[in-house]
Amino acid sequence: MTRLRRGFVGQTRLLALAVAGLLASPAAAQMVAITGGTVALGDGSEPIAGGTVLIRGGRIVAAGRDVAVPAGAQRIDATGKWVTAGIVAGFSRVGLLEVDAVDETNDVQANNSPFSAAIDVAPAINPLASGIAVNRAGGVTRAIVAPASARSIFAGQGAVIDLGGDMQPITRARAFQFVELGEEGAGDAGGSRASAHVLFRNALREARDLGRYSGIAGGRSSASPGAPDQRDLALEEIPDNRLLTAGAARPDDVLLTRFDAAALVPVLTGRQLLLVHAERASDILQVLALKREFPNLRLVLVGAAEGWTVAEAIAAARVPVIANALLDLPAAFEMLAATQSNVGRMEAAGVRVALGMINDDEARQVRLARQQAGNLVALGRIPGAAGLSWGAAFATITSRPAEAVGLGGELGSLRAGRRADVVIWDGDPLENSSAALTVLIDGVQQSIENHQTRLRDRYRTATEGRLPKAYDR
Amino acid sequence: MTRPWLAGLAAAALLASCAADRPAAAPKAAPRVAPQLFSRDPYPSTYRAYPGVPTLIANVTIFDGEGGRIDNGSILIADGKVVALGASVEAPAGAETIDGRGKWVTPGIIDVHSHLGDYPSPGVEAHQDGNEVTGPVHPDVWAEHSVWPHDPGFSRALANGGVTALQILPGSANLFGGRPVTLKNVPARTMQGMKFPGAPYGLKMACGENPKRVYGGRNQMPGSRMANIALMRGTWIRAQEYKRKWDKYEKDGGEAPVREVGLDTLRGVLAGEILVHTHCYRADEMAIMMDMAKEFGFRVAAFHHAVEAYKIPDLLRANEVCSAMWADWWGFKMESYDGIGENIPLVHNAGACTIVHSDDANGIQRLNQEAAKALANGRRMGINISDETAWTWLSYNPARALGIADRTGSLKPGKMADVVLWNGNPFSVYTRPEKVWIDGALLYDALDPTRRPVSDFELGQPGEGDVK
Repeated sequence: MTRLRRGFVGQTRLLALAVAGLLASPAAAQMVAITGGTVALGDGSEPIAGGTVLIRGGRIVAAGRDVAVPAGAQRIDATGKWVTAGIVAGFSRVGLLEVDAVDETNDVQANNSPFSAAIDVAPAINPLASGIAVNRAGGVTRAIVAPASARSIFAGQGAVIDLGGDMQPITRARAFQFVELGEEGAGDAGGSRASAHVLFRNALREARDLGRYSGIAGGRSSASPGAPDQRDLALEEIPDNRLLTAGAARPDDVLLTRFDAAALVPVLTGRQLLLVHAERASDILQVLALKREFPNLRLVLVGAAEGWTVAEAIAAARVPVIANALLDLPAAFEMLAATQSNVGRMEAAGVRVALGMINDDEARQVRLARQQAGNLVALGRIPGAAGLSWGAAFATITSRPAEAVGLGGELGSLRAGRRADVVIWDGDPLENSSAALTVLIDGVQQSIENHQTRLRDRYRTATEGRLPKAYDR
Repeated sequence: MTRPWLAGLAAAALLASCAADRPAAAPKAAPRVAPQLFSRDPYPSTYRAYPGVPTLIANVTIFDGEGGRIDNGSILIADGKVVALGASVEAPAGAETIDGRGKWVTPGIIDVHSHLGDYPSPGVEAHQDGNEVTGPVHPDVWAEHSVWPHDPGFSRALANGGVTALQILPGSANLFGGRPVTLKNVPARTMQGMKFPGAPYGLKMACGENPKRVYGGRNQMPGSRMANIALMRGTWIRAQEYKRKWDKYEKDGGEAPVREVGLDTLRGVLAGEILVHTHCYRADEMAIMMDMAKEFGFRVAAFHHAVEAYKIPDLLRANEVCSAMWADWWGFKMESYDGIGENIPLVHNAGACTIVHSDDANGIQRLNQEAAKALANGRRMGINISDETAWTWLSYNPARALGIADRTGSLKPGKMADVVLWNGNPFSVYTRPEKVWIDGALLYDALDPTRRPVSDFELGQPGEGDVK
């Protein structure tokens, strides 16, 4: 991580609403102590009554029960409130659209693009999208953002973003490649799973060949003498990992563009995560089997509605899962065994599960993740069902998604050293009745006003006053 | 330009010869040729309540569905009906007694907007039976003729959602989408076996983006909102003429007018027998639809989705139209852009009829939670609605909009024993249905796997009979 957090791009009017004492900028190394609240770390532990969270310079210094508040720290009293890690949307399309059905605003999918794996969502993220503001107000501080596949099983490269109100949303660009290897993948591949698998293998073969010839990041040689070895750089620091040299000779029988093949080199070498969408039990096993053929792949399963039926195999492969929480309908033939107990059963088998919203309002409603997690707690009281403890459920929407994309040391909990993404709630964040009162991202207090809150305030009384509603603001 | 209803006219004429399947009662004054009344109910309900045992739930918190609340009370159901409820109710000999400590009893949830059965699971192409997208004016189609009773979604709505009755509607591709059907959420071999006995029929209408997108995209009317209204008005004018002819014939006899299936429905609306359920998001469009209702002399029972109802609750109240709403959906299309989480409490607070609906096979499993979110959002802005009052959004008000509130939707002695026992406060995310009775029959019990319905589709499949 070389990129430093920028200063807060403030809106004076909104800042006037800030909780007194919270810093508008992390630059000052002022210590802030949030005291007296029920603290949920997000690391799977249970909530701590009367806990303290210490923040300095945009990072968590300490959080928990016996945390001494240093002299001179600014104190925020959170008595009667909950103080937790911010919600991390485990699989989303946040920031990629404004209105789903208004095509001009929708950058989720590129049906007529010549590219697939090379697509990178980062430049398409709009930090001022309503979906970011609304979900930020719902306590979501980070999101894993994936493109959707169109004419290839490869959707392209996703990013991890923050939901801050400034113009620099990217936490990690090109954090992963996303590929479809279930029903959707079969369709993308021309009509069968068999075709999807052969396309997948061919694509990695082309990547391997290209990696041999060129100096692509993750490939075997440097671009040119004297240049830094790309293997030594973080992927996102490489200006363009997709094709560095013009001299990448290729065989004739290629299907992928050079850009697409080059984008898969870091996947092949394990420098970039591969998120694979599969729901059916047999599809999941086929995905796990890819590791035998391509041992460097760093897999993450997405979906896995039937994961509970093969949970031991997933656990043995140490592949994390980002799952929809509450699927319980045979909505497709690839999820006949869907049950709300899927997450609980996988966890019980040792699979590390994060919640995501796969093809389910994932661009605008990731704020619902906490309701979903709450439902997983409720399942624990139903005989035959598998639920989660509160702490485990909360981890599925905080640390687990961060860990799934390799950022567990950086995000997703209030453990020391993590980015200070902190939310103060008016009650138990998994309850239907609770709401976020204060949202910090990298220690910076965020606006929780948006289009919706403004409409609410305008129509508190629906009828016109002395002037039309349009003057009411 | 094609006029799809002309094609419908020809088809209806062919059917007319076999239309009069039930003779009328003898008229008082014998006309030259006695009028032949056609059946208003040609696909009648065959639903019969399943047997139950008299059951007393004691020491329980009760929301009666009409805003009443009894703490630490009791409720007795027997013979399919609510018998009594109060601080203390005597259990008759042989009654089963359930200790409801820490639990809640409510009327079963009624979803006024569902597509279970006509967009069933699995959602494969062969199952897409909710929209007749071959023309924008299709009051002739009936959702009940699409409903697949083996949709696994019904069982989830029962077991996870506590839903005891629901209205299945045609989709919103068409201005006139056809007739919805109201069902008891009781598994059956046939649609008729689920049909709510004696529930009035409805008419689904849709304004806004959907019809104009579907047909405008084909260079066909309607391609604009103004054409939506123009086609609706033209159709109502035909319906008025049809009604005049048929009213006259059914009174005076003579030569029977040509019968049209779709116009039968619209005539029923104009006669006040069929309830109008209109898909409408924007406030300005709802206002136009209410004027249209006045223009042609019918009433809109409910606006469905009603994302902007909070902008015109005064109009909705004055016109006595219910708003069926989501708690927090927004932004999936342009006309939902102004959705806010306070819509439901703002409408309620203005004194207009308020309903929480799903329109979703997953959402129908958590309507209590949707209401809870809306309730909390209201309280946060100073609209203090009690829990027991908010339950009216989930059972009594939808029952009113469906014309079945005299039979179900609240826990009043003599009404259907459509009852849910929750294992905690039903507005908490940590609460689930523990038992669900429909007409006094125990059809779901979280503690008894034999009281868990498994659809034909799921038999022998992975996950059969799971808790789901």
